[in-house]
Amino acid sequence: MAITLSGDQSIPAPPLSSRLTPPQIWGIALLAPYLLVFLAFVVYPVGYGLWLARAPSNYVALYNDPIFARAAVNTLIFLVIGINIKMLIALFLSGFFAQQRTWIKWLSVVFILPWAVPSIPTILSVRFMLNPEWGMVNHLIFNLTGDDGPNWLNDPTVALTMAIGVHIWKSLPFWTLILMTGRLAIAHDLFEAAEVDGASWWQKFRYITWPSMQTLYITCTLLSMIWTLGDFNSVYLLTGGGPADLTHVLSTLGIRYLRLDQLSLAMASIVCAIPFVLPLMYFMMKRLSR
Amino acid sequence: MKLPSLREVATESRLLLIGIPVFIWTMIPIYHMFLFAISPKEDAFSGKLWPDHPTLHNFEIVFKQQHYFLRDFYVQFWNSLVIAASVGVLTLVIATAAAFSISRLRVPGGRIVMNLALFTYFIPAAFLAVPMYRTMGNYGLLNNHWSLILAMVTIASPYAIWVLKQASDKLPVELDEAAVMDGATTLQIFRLVYLPLMMPSLVAIGTYAVLLAWNEYLYAFLLLSNDREITLPVALGNFLAADDSPWELLMTTGFIYALPPAAIYYAFRRYMVGGLTAGAVKS
Repeated sequence: MAITLSGDQSIPAPPLSSRLTPPQIWGIALLAPYLLVFLAFVVYPVGYGLWLARAPSNYVALYNDPIFARAAVNTLIFLVIGINIKMLIALFLSGFFAQQRTWIKWLSVVFILPWAVPSIPTILSVRFMLNPEWGMVNHLIFNLTGDDGPNWLNDPTVALTMAIGVHIWKSLPFWTLILMTGRLAIAHDLFEAAEVDGASWWQKFRYITWPSMQTLYITCTLLSMIWTLGDFNSVYLLTGGGPADLTHVLSTLGIRYLRLDQLSLAMASIVCAIPFVLPLMYFMMKRLSR
Repeated sequence: MKLPSLREVATESRLLLIGIPVFIWTMIPIYHMFLFAISPKEDAFSGKLWPDHPTLHNFEIVFKQQHYFLRDFYVQFWNSLVIAASVGVLTLVIATAAAFSISRLRVPGGRIVMNLALFTYFIPAAFLAVPMYRTMGNYGLLNNHWSLILAMVTIASPYAIWVLKQASDKLPVELDEAAVMDGATTLQIFRLVYLPLMMPSLVAIGTYAVLLAWNEYLYAFLLLSNDREITLPVALGNFLAADDSPWELLMTTGFIYALPPAAIYYAFRRYMVGGLTAGAVKS
């Protein structure tokens, strides 16, 4: 323990402060507000929630609820397929945006917009675009082919795909930016040397870019998976969980139970995700706290 | 003037082949929103790429609150503003104090608190929302702005503390030592040495917290329900309650609502990119 700012120890003081230097007392006082917030709004709710979800009957009810099984599968699809596609595109685009061109610099300013603007108006905008009767997409399809377009959000598979698309639209800029920072940190002379040796585009990526970026890439993927579990907006605002509650993910399902006043069921559905999320959370915490 | 070589042209066109789809993909939902905002209802619903009669009439309706869904527009805008500003200030105060305590004063147990905060950062927001709703009910804060403010501070502080701790770890210890030699008290070091040096990170974190709170939908719609207490995004969500929602007004209001965060983001982009992404993923 390094104590950088030690006070004068020789002054007689009450028992507690004789062990604590004034800076340490200040340290505790300054940490106290966050600790209070943490206790009141993290420890208490989480403990209370777990306590609510303790009855085994909740899990029987979940097991018998087909919507829960569907939501679990949808969540897996969202995470495993959606996030990996997103991160691969982000990895690719990070190389594009790392190019030194004025127009690419300007494009990157525009590209960040989805991340900078709130999700509700933009997701609702997409929702109307996909409206089968008045939406712009089906108008275009009709004008081009003379046929009526599909009823986009009425098919669970298509609707879920669209929700994943909305999620990608929203968070791709952020991850591209992060990966681009990683790319720009690679020493440039490595590429110049490879250029001299006549390395191909793929060889440069395989032997220079990827080895220096793989840790970052994997960290980002895991982090994005954890956060996407909490992505309520993409599904709720686009499909509302419909049609027939077939496009729910765990986050919207929890809120759905909550709205139906089945709080213990809502908590139980979240508890079911804990075995999968906790190792990820622990791993991330370890990585970032180094 | 030297003509570009064939190879340069090929590279450039390959880049354009990526750049143009990226631009279209990014702009479509935003352009569509803007298009609705300047279209009369008939044009908006006819799927035209540009309205026959572009108009600012929708903005007039919103600003004069001339529609059932918009009758509390200004109150809701104000609510959003007050809540975002409060979250920004509170997060800054709490996180700066904690980061100073953990990083500079090396308070006993600081590392544990840092880890707990990081752990909180990784709780998916929608998962915490369920017990948070009940907790706020138990505290008697439902339908009170404080519930949303405190919930957003809870969500924003872990990341804020972490970024600020990373930044303050980089400040040389000698600064504090020199200040102590000169007889500075802890509070003076905090005020006169620490805060000025941390300014760029503080701007980044303040912006982060304000944007997070302004953009929040889920917590806002769970915790606030009274028409005059809700924030703008909740009001936007309420448009969907009707079968014949006035989508052109919804998009107009949404456009107005999206402008401040976009402006703030671009105004503080320098700090955001430096302060947030550098700390965001340390590899």
